[in-house]
Amino acid sequence: MSTTRVLIQLIQDDRVGKLLLTSLLVVAILIPVLNLLVPETSPYHISTYVVTLLGKYLCYALLAIALDLVWGYGGILSLGHGVFFALGGYAMGMYLMRQIGDRGVYGNPELPDFMVFLNWQELPWYWFGFDQFWFAVLMIVLVPGLLAFVFGWLAFRSRVTGVYLSIITQALTFAFMLAFFRNEMGFGGNNGLTDFKDILGFELQHGGTRNALFAISALALALGYVVSRYIVNSKFGRVVVAIRDAEDRTRFIGYKVESYKLWLFVVSAVMAGIAGALYVPQVGIINPGEFSPLNSIELVVWVAVGGRGTLYGAIIGALLVNYAKTFFTGAIPEVWLFALGGLFIVVTLFLPKGLVGLYQQLREKYLASRTA
Amino acid sequence: MRTLNGHGLHDNASAFGVILKILLFVSGLVSGSVLMAAQSEEDFSTQLNRLLEFDFDVKAQAINRLAKIEDERIDKVFRTLLNGDLYYRKNDKTIVYVKKTDDGYALTSVLGNESLGVVSKRKIKKITVNNKLRRLLSGLIAERGMGHRDPAVRLASVKEMIGQVSQSDRDKLQRLLAKEKDEDVSTALNVALAMIDITSVDKQKQLAAVKALGDSDYPASRNRLKDVLDQAIAAGDTAVIKQARSSLQQIQTRAERYQTIETIFFGISLGSVLLLAAIGLAITFGVMGVINMAHGELMMIGAYTTYVVQLLMPNYIEWSLLVAIPAAFVVAGLFGVAIERGVIRFLYGRPLETLLATFGISLVLQQLVRSIFSPLNRSVETPAWMSGSWEINALLSLTYNRLYIIVFSLLVFAALLMILKKTPLGLHVRAVSQNRTMAKAMGIRTEWVDAMTFGLGSGIAGVAGVALSQLTNVGPNLGQSYIIDSFMVVVFGGVGNLWGTLVGAMSLGVANKFMEPWVGAVLAKIFILVFIILFIQKRPRGLFPQKGRAAEH
Repeated sequence: MSTTRVLIQLIQDDRVGKLLLTSLLVVAILIPVLNLLVPETSPYHISTYVVTLLGKYLCYALLAIALDLVWGYGGILSLGHGVFFALGGYAMGMYLMRQIGDRGVYGNPELPDFMVFLNWQELPWYWFGFDQFWFAVLMIVLVPGLLAFVFGWLAFRSRVTGVYLSIITQALTFAFMLAFFRNEMGFGGNNGLTDFKDILGFELQHGGTRNALFAISALALALGYVVSRYIVNSKFGRVVVAIRDAEDRTRFIGYKVESYKLWLFVVSAVMAGIAGALYVPQVGIINPGEFSPLNSIELVVWVAVGGRGTLYGAIIGALLVNYAKTFFTGAIPEVWLFALGGLFIVVTLFLPKGLVGLYQQLREKYLASRTA
Repeated sequence: MRTLNGHGLHDNASAFGVILKILLFVSGLVSGSVLMAAQSEEDFSTQLNRLLEFDFDVKAQAINRLAKIEDERIDKVFRTLLNGDLYYRKNDKTIVYVKKTDDGYALTSVLGNESLGVVSKRKIKKITVNNKLRRLLSGLIAERGMGHRDPAVRLASVKEMIGQVSQSDRDKLQRLLAKEKDEDVSTALNVALAMIDITSVDKQKQLAAVKALGDSDYPASRNRLKDVLDQAIAAGDTAVIKQARSSLQQIQTRAERYQTIETIFFGISLGSVLLLAAIGLAITFGVMGVINMAHGELMMIGAYTTYVVQLLMPNYIEWSLLVAIPAAFVVAGLFGVAIERGVIRFLYGRPLETLLATFGISLVLQQLVRSIFSPLNRSVETPAWMSGSWEINALLSLTYNRLYIIVFSLLVFAALLMILKKTPLGLHVRAVSQNRTMAKAMGIRTEWVDAMTFGLGSGIAGVAGVALSQLTNVGPNLGQSYIIDSFMVVVFGGVGNLWGTLVGAMSLGVANKFMEPWVGAVLAKIFILVFIILFIQKRPRGLFPQKGRAAEH
């Protein structure tokens, strides 16, 4: 069976998925066209700023899908998924840092500026290889995946579940944040990595590069969606859902619950890492703030608002909440935390299935009233 | 310092003296002692005025004469003069103390201790001293201090002298030692004598001094010992080398022991802060099973309550904390009850949703104080009785605010334990947490108990906030920095077990402080977090897991 046939079969029953993939494809073409080909004077022109902003949202959406996989389907509420996102981001950031070469303030061809500033004489061993793109890509996948593997192996094997798991994932990302804030770690400390110049030889500030990154983000999101859909529709995905609903029963039937959870967790972490790697060249900076527990919890809210356990709900939530954040922090910044906090409360109290659930509920009511 | 120069004493004494004089004058009874007092008063003013002479020898004479007068005012004059802060008014040559204010220089007469108003710099002139006078003054100050009737003043003077004694002081010190009855002062005097004898040519004496200094904790004596050791090595004096090495070793051992005690103290005080932060959580999380992410913000509310209480009673800062504690309990408790009634009660049995909703509440509360009090940190004042430190010896001193926090956290812990074990509310709380349906069947109003329990946990968070306001900055992010730590403590100690929380908090605090010198504060914290993450794998229910039926859910 060829992959295309698998794909077609996969999408056939997924009406929303079809819509989503089509619109992602359209957006991936249309927005660069509107930015690059339509003249700036035209009302249909989209500024490069907006393209970058939308690209950022798409990365968040990919991150949200990753969380929805573990939370919505696996029932594992990770309050530290930001750690994988940030690690992927740092791996990309390190590559971009090495690409600066001798164009930094200090003009050192080997060492990034902050290391020169700290009087370091040579590159630390863990920076080796990051001048090669393929190595960076490998690390983007490997580092978050490995961390998730070790952490998950420890946690799931000893049956740490529920809120305990949530709290220790939070502790994990908190520990990483503290560590990366240290200058001695060799990741730029407080300021993180920034002042990137180019990626694969393309200038980052250039409009074309930005549009390409945007299109790649859209495609990555589409791919992430398809992979996730494939996972949750497979036998593996069904067992995962069974674990979510009744962990003990699934174990008694004879499934190795720990392994299922572990692989789900690792896949999700890798997706989060890729999202982070796409995010960094677009926003142009990665700093330890990305590890902050607040970021990870905000991510949970995106998924909760959209509706968990649906995949597309996570995307909708991520886009809506982030749009709201951009709007509020720009227009009325003091209201943003009230709004975000209120959103947490309202969604958990009144919309346990998120906006997607609300829509389905309303639709069912409407259909019922029609038939009655 | 306050006890040293004894302002207060002296004010009363002089006022009392004036009244006494008038009374005696009226009755016509003039006794010898009053005569003497009047005479010394006269002497005081004459000698004081001789300080205005240009000739430094005259000044020295005057100072020597002044030193013989038994009057506490002399000490202040000497100290001020030594620092070069004694002035006189140009127009009438009155000798004055000077205090710089915004408008100029506020004058106080030395003799009558009355305020002479604020003048410009041009109206006053400094009384000059030279190095010879300075030496004389510091010697006299020390001597007067050592002859003072208050042992604390004597001790302070001897301590001040220890670093700079010379052969010429020996007889004087020996005389003082013979008269001395206070044990601490005698010890200090002995150290001072040993500091002199250590340079003695008499080998026997020198060795004894080297040995004696081994028991002294003063930094000066350690340095002196090191110098002597170097000299002895240069001279090849084996007996002294050996003795000095052993004395230094003795000091080193003691210093290390004090260091350990101090680290344990810091650890326990950090543990107490953790305990205060976590203990309310132990109620809401441990007993009720509610994950309250807004717990840190309830502490923040407690801290801001302290700030408001101090705003309301600016003249009674000393008492403000005593008012703030119940106030913070009530305010945070009310917030807690409101949160429970408004949100949490709809989410029982859904811990992950509770976690998210309370996190939302925490964001709202943060923004609330930001909007009301501004995003900047607010300063909460520390009452005088909480500042300063308890000096056990020259190497070991414990700050009062930490001591009070330790005591306070233990009191709160005991009170909470009492409430849970001995009151009807505690009985109901335990009943509901063990078996809700059964408790309900027995006629317990479970909803009311839920609200009260949550209120209790929140109130204690508020009280913890009062304590935190004395240690850190009071700002909107106050709570955030403690929430992860407090969860760690509760999880580490074992959910639903107050004693576990106590042990967990103290051991994490002490472990943290012991690691800090080795790896730094941040890495210590990271190691603790990693340790707990690993610990949870081994013992998912914490140090002291609940046993029996309650453990099943």
